[in-house]
This record gives sequence, C-alpha cells and structure tokens, in this order.
Amino acid sequence: MRTIKPAPVRRSLEVKASLERAFEVFTTGFGRWWPHSHTIGKGKLKTAVIEPRIGGRWYGEDEDGATTDWGRVLAFEPPSRLMLAWQIGSDWRYDAEVITEVEIRFTSIAAGLTLVELEHRNLERLGDKFEEVRVTFESPNGWGMIMKLYAAAAEAA
Amino acid sequence: MTYAHDALGALADPTRRRIFERLSSGPAAVGEIARGLPVSRPAVSQHLKALKQAGLVTDRPEGTRRVYQIDPAGLGAVRAWLDQFWLVALDAFKVEAERDDKAGPGEGGHI
Repeated sequence: MRTIKPAPVRRSLEVKASLERAFEVFTTGFGRWWPHSHTIGKGKLKTAVIEPRIGGRWYGEDEDGATTDWGRVLAFEPPSRLMLAWQIGSDWRYDAEVITEVEIRFTSIAAGLTLVELEHRNLERLGDKFEEVRVTFESPNGWGMIMKLYAAAAEAA
Repeated sequence: MTYAHDALGALADPTRRRIFERLSSGPAAVGEIARGLPVSRPAVSQHLKALKQAGLVTDRPEGTRRVYQIDPAGLGAVRAWLDQFWLVALDAFKVEAERDDKAGPGEGGHI
C-alpha cells in the first residue's frame, strides 16, 4: 500500500526578460529551447510544441516527422500562468490516465526582470504506473545518465 | 524539514552518488559498501542516512547488519529525476528568454 506522498518538485528562477517575452518564449517559442535530451519518442527530437490553448497538445516531434504526446495544456493565461499535464506513464509512454500537474507562474519583478516559478505536483500518481520505469532507472544506462546529469549540475553550481 | 530540496542536495555529493550507484546493482550492507570505497564505515553510514532522509534509499535489519537498497517504491528516485529534469529544462529556457532579439536568428526582421 503506497502511503508515501512525495513533495512536489519546485524550481524558481529570475529571467532577464520582460514578463510578456518570458511567457512567449516559454510557450510559442517552446521548440527553440526545450533540450533535445528530454524526449520519450523513439527517434531524435527535432522540435517540441505547446499548443497555445486549454486542451492543446504538448508533444515532441522526431526528425522523421512522428509526434509523441507528453501531455496537455490545462491552463493558458498569458502572460502570467501556464499549466501543463505531464502524462508519462508506464513503459515511458503517454498515458491519458496519468495526470501530474506542472504549473508555471510568471511574475514581473522589475522592468525586464521576471520571476518564473515551476511546480510539478501529484507525483504520487506516477507511482502505480512508474514501476517499469523504475526498473529502467535502475539499469546501468538509466542511472548512468541521471548520475551524469547530477554531476554536471553539481559541478556547474 | 523541507523535503523539496533533499533529493538534489543529497546527490550533489560525489561520494553519495557513488554509494547510490553501488546500490543500483543490488542491496548491500554498510560494511560491503565501505569496502569498495576510500571512505570510512562511519562516513558511509552518515551518507546512507542522508540518502534515506532524501527518500532515495531504504534499509532493513538482517541479523546484526543493516542492509540498504534503493527505495523500492521508486518515488524518491523518480522525484529526484524530475527535479533534475526541470533544472536542465529551465536553464535552457532562461538562456533563450534572455537572448538578445537583435542578435538571434529566427526572430521577426529588425533593422
């Protein structure tokens, strides 16, 4: 019986850009910055898209044109709020029944300076579907990749 | 205790990462882990305590020993993974958002 309720992931950062630009780059400009390593599709990631409306798709597109859904847009409120459903379930695939919420809020601190806050919550909903993914994580390749990322982040800090 | 930063903080230490990696190939007792590392047993115990508090490993008694393993629920590890996933993504977003319009390609034409 799963009683562990993991705390949400929370990150915040200050961006030297106007509120409107920050929101625009995050949403309309999503494909310009989303890391190509962050994909669940089979092929190499060419671009990624957040469709700019409630119910819009959130997906990656491979170099061969195939698209892979990652989730949906739950809220679209320019320039201050975006909420996405991250719906990656077992076997590292999109699963309509898995809904974890990613809320991103944009707040103006000063002209040309914006606070961007991200919260990824309801992670316990990943638990039931993520068992197979956990096994992947525990494979040498899975953990090797994660450890490399951690090492890079820690050394850059 | 704020749980939010524990996972990333716990794995920021390179020795703790090695201990965590060692456990990824199977459960082990403190002594076994220490034998493979240039770190004392008490130090290994402390690191394991930090990893346990971060929800990344669990332990169970086995006779007189304590045997550690990666959290079988997997949620601590998944959360740590997502923490890092978003850190990398947001760093890339910041670079793009701060990029000078005039200098970058692909923007609407400016004179």
